[in-house]
Amino acid sequence: MNAESDGASLGARLRARDLSAAPAALNLLESSAERDREQAAKLLHEVAPGVLDAEAPAHVIGVTGPPGAGKSTLLGALLARWRAQGRTVALLAVDPSSRRSGGSLLGDRARIEFDPADAGVLIRSTAAGERLGGLAPATRGAASALAAAFDVVVIETVGVGQAETDVADVADTVAVVVQPGSGDVLQFLKSGIMETPDVLVVTKADLGQIALSARRDLSAALRSLGSSAVKVLAVSALPPASGIDELVAAFDEHRASLDVAERRLAARRAAALTDFTIEHGERALRTLGGRHTAQALLAEQDRGLDVPALVAVLEQHAQ
Amino acid sequence: MTAAQPYNERMSGEYPARLPERDRPWMMRTYAGHSTAKASNELYRRNLEKGQTGLSVAFDLPTQTGYDPDDELARGEVGKVGVPICHRGDMAALMDGIPLGEMNTSMTINATAAWLLALYIVAAENQGVAENQLQGTTQNDIIKEFLARGTYAFPPAPSMRLIADMIAYTVEHVPKWNPINICSYHLQEAGATPVQEIAYAMSNAIAVLDAARERVGEEPEGRMEQVFGRVSFFVNAGVRFIEEHAKLRAMSILWEELGRERYRVQDPRHLRFRYGVQVNSLGLTEAQPENNVQRIVLEALAVTLGRSARARAIQLPAWNEALGLPRPWDQQWSLRIQQVLAYETDVLEYPDIFEGSKVMDALVQELLDGARAEMAVVAEHGGAVEAVPYMKAALVDSHRERIRRIEEGEQVVVGQNRFTETEQSPLTADAEGGILVVDPTIEAEQIEAVRRWRSQRDQAAVEEALARLAQAARHEHGAPSSPEGENLMVPTIAAARAGATTGEWARTLREVFGSYRAPTGVGEAAAISSDGEIGELRRQVADLQQKLGRRPKILVGKPGLDGHSNGAEQIAVRARDVGMDVVYEGIRLTPAQIAASALQEGVHVVGLSILSGSHRELIPAVLEALRGAGVTAPVVVGGIIPEQDVAPLRQAGVAAVYTPKDFDIGRIMREIVALVDAGADVPATNGASTNGSSAAGSAAGVAGA
Repeated sequence: MNAESDGASLGARLRARDLSAAPAALNLLESSAERDREQAAKLLHEVAPGVLDAEAPAHVIGVTGPPGAGKSTLLGALLARWRAQGRTVALLAVDPSSRRSGGSLLGDRARIEFDPADAGVLIRSTAAGERLGGLAPATRGAASALAAAFDVVVIETVGVGQAETDVADVADTVAVVVQPGSGDVLQFLKSGIMETPDVLVVTKADLGQIALSARRDLSAALRSLGSSAVKVLAVSALPPASGIDELVAAFDEHRASLDVAERRLAARRAAALTDFTIEHGERALRTLGGRHTAQALLAEQDRGLDVPALVAVLEQHAQ
Repeated sequence: MTAAQPYNERMSGEYPARLPERDRPWMMRTYAGHSTAKASNELYRRNLEKGQTGLSVAFDLPTQTGYDPDDELARGEVGKVGVPICHRGDMAALMDGIPLGEMNTSMTINATAAWLLALYIVAAENQGVAENQLQGTTQNDIIKEFLARGTYAFPPAPSMRLIADMIAYTVEHVPKWNPINICSYHLQEAGATPVQEIAYAMSNAIAVLDAARERVGEEPEGRMEQVFGRVSFFVNAGVRFIEEHAKLRAMSILWEELGRERYRVQDPRHLRFRYGVQVNSLGLTEAQPENNVQRIVLEALAVTLGRSARARAIQLPAWNEALGLPRPWDQQWSLRIQQVLAYETDVLEYPDIFEGSKVMDALVQELLDGARAEMAVVAEHGGAVEAVPYMKAALVDSHRERIRRIEEGEQVVVGQNRFTETEQSPLTADAEGGILVVDPTIEAEQIEAVRRWRSQRDQAAVEEALARLAQAARHEHGAPSSPEGENLMVPTIAAARAGATTGEWARTLREVFGSYRAPTGVGEAAAISSDGEIGELRRQVADLQQKLGRRPKILVGKPGLDGHSNGAEQIAVRARDVGMDVVYEGIRLTPAQIAASALQEGVHVVGLSILSGSHRELIPAVLEALRGAGVTAPVVVGGIIPEQDVAPLRQAGVAAVYTPKDFDIGRIMREIVALVDAGADVPATNGASTNGSSAAGSAAGVAGA
């Protein structure tokens, strides 16, 4: 067994916050080969809350929004700010391009500026999952593994509607990024197509009045939905940057207000059920006695179990 | 005997067959510059002695993108594709003994055009020549840099501001200067069809003129007339020379229309479509390179045959451009082509020979219709600046179509995809393979020289000038009554006088404006059908995915400052089409960035593209950085790589080298897939860590086949 494909040792290194283990860990977690699946499960076990004896320390942030909203520029500015605070950052950029030919073009990382010599930053691009809806299981696994080692883990997805729901299954904090004048987001919010995020970010604040009124409209819409606690921030990532410090602070405040353990526990259990159903179908779910019974079964399990372990529990009972 | 009947009834005698006086030839230039200011100055003087009538300065990539020779990004690029000009001392040396009051100088400079013009103005001052005497052109077309050429430095908005400031400044102070050359040239190089070339160039001109109008205002009366009259074009001409000629006629019609309707220009002199030309390099081949000579001659006809759309200035590429950098002798050959055309043939003796041609008129109409429709699409996107992503994607698609036609033999390229049997060429038989090799010690000398310059100048004066520049940059244009000091040209010229360097000027502005990466256009490229070869390759890639556990992942990027990304884009799109995950990194990457990306992304293979001649330095540097990061994925290289450099690159660890003669991207893809497959056989780990040496060995076999 090569050190680069030994799941247990990679997991242990991540647990010890050895960031250099991250690329190989991701190779393993993304692999569908049988030999790698076993190792990936071992890796995830090493960083499971039960083994860590706590939730993974990172703040996991989902950042989503329509194409062209300025996510990459914003992420570049956030990255610089977090690094200046001494926080290490892993960014998982999930590319939306449906696999038209099987392949995909992952062009985003070049648009995010960072110092290549800085070992405290990792950017990994992945193609969106082949299954409809939901993040690829690999992305969820990657986020939870990296959360053991990094201070901040960002999952960037593209789209409005399904995207922020998916990312909410993994992230502690969900931010939706929109540019001024994108009325569709307003409509999505009002019609309930889009779930309310934790933070709404209006980019291109340098546009002045348009950005200000976009921010005002969104705040009003949120109030009418009874979600006035949601922060709406206007930022400009172009020099002179503005609003970045405030956004970082808003992320931190949201996380401080959160029962991270409860949120992640609920997310892990929901994810296990989704994975089980996708893998074995609705019929298998019925064998378990239906969705509610399955949920109850999951609720009885140890709080420290990771998603693959929870899926394994369901599989045992389904036999 | 009766009087001769006219052979055609239209020939009633009212059309004179000849001009009363032979036309004066166009301005003849050679795009030149390399190594150092002093060496380039010697070259210019020799060229002028040979009958060249104007100068065309080629700057090296660090100068074009605003970096000093000692910047990390300048590594391997100093003095390669042009001359390094760092400060006023370099410009003075470049123009030494050349009377700037009489010379007409064209500078291929864009992002840093304001700076190079400032250095030129200061060099003239020191020769005792006032700025209002200067004649020439700064290319200064930033939109095509975002679209096709890649030597941009600042984001779109401040870039447009710099251009508007330059136009406003020159119209007032350097009235004989052409502050901008709208370039359709590079669009064709990037794969544009004639319709796209016309439409995007005209849309670009509209964006520039609108920005200039905002800057100069409608006052004083006639200022926009002057501005319009100073805008010239830089076009391309391909080997389909009749259609190309029609293209130029169509452009002159659209230009006049634009002037009259949009900018209310009335003076016919200002409405004239003025253009210089460099004929097509995209169609020049590495295979049987002597054929390029006849291509160049035919392309020159496109821009000289018809008097009413004839070029004002011409520079012709050299026969060996696809092989490497041309030598003075190669450039002389191209100058002689122009001279034979102008002085031996009768091309300058007639009125417009196409006037009244129904075929030409119909061809022009067809292009006009197409261009107007495409201009409307660009306008719908909000104009050329906003439409950059749209136009870029359209160009990537057009270029892909062009490559497909060549690959499938629909478009004949003599010596490349047809008539490939050949005798050994004596032209490339010398030790260097018939090209110019820039002395690699130049870079170290230039680094030393710029450091010496910095240590000997009045540092306080430089810092003050740069602070003043930053201050002006931070202030947007104010009310019309605002002081002229807010035109960036003023503090730029002051900084040039004070002795600031190219890198310092650009860094000062980058700090205010921010930096920028242009859209790559590849993400939007439409998928192609899965017929035939593509389908077969997709199946292979799918099998390989089973074997690797992950979809094969390739990193494609361009190290160094070279912005010619067509090749890299086509490789990226095709890799996607055959089913790979492609991390496309775009241009201007340092070895450290490439290594970090390869490691973090867990790629199975790395593809690098370099056209600037800096591969000798940069490729080994990338390999070293990759090894340093622990990445063992094989590396393939494409670009203008001279034959004699291939073996050293292979020895350094490159798995395969592709040059312009490898036009068949399908074959390149098969080899890359085979390379990753060979790596997957090594009993490894998780796929990313393939055994470098065995993979390289097998690739060498594949590429040699």
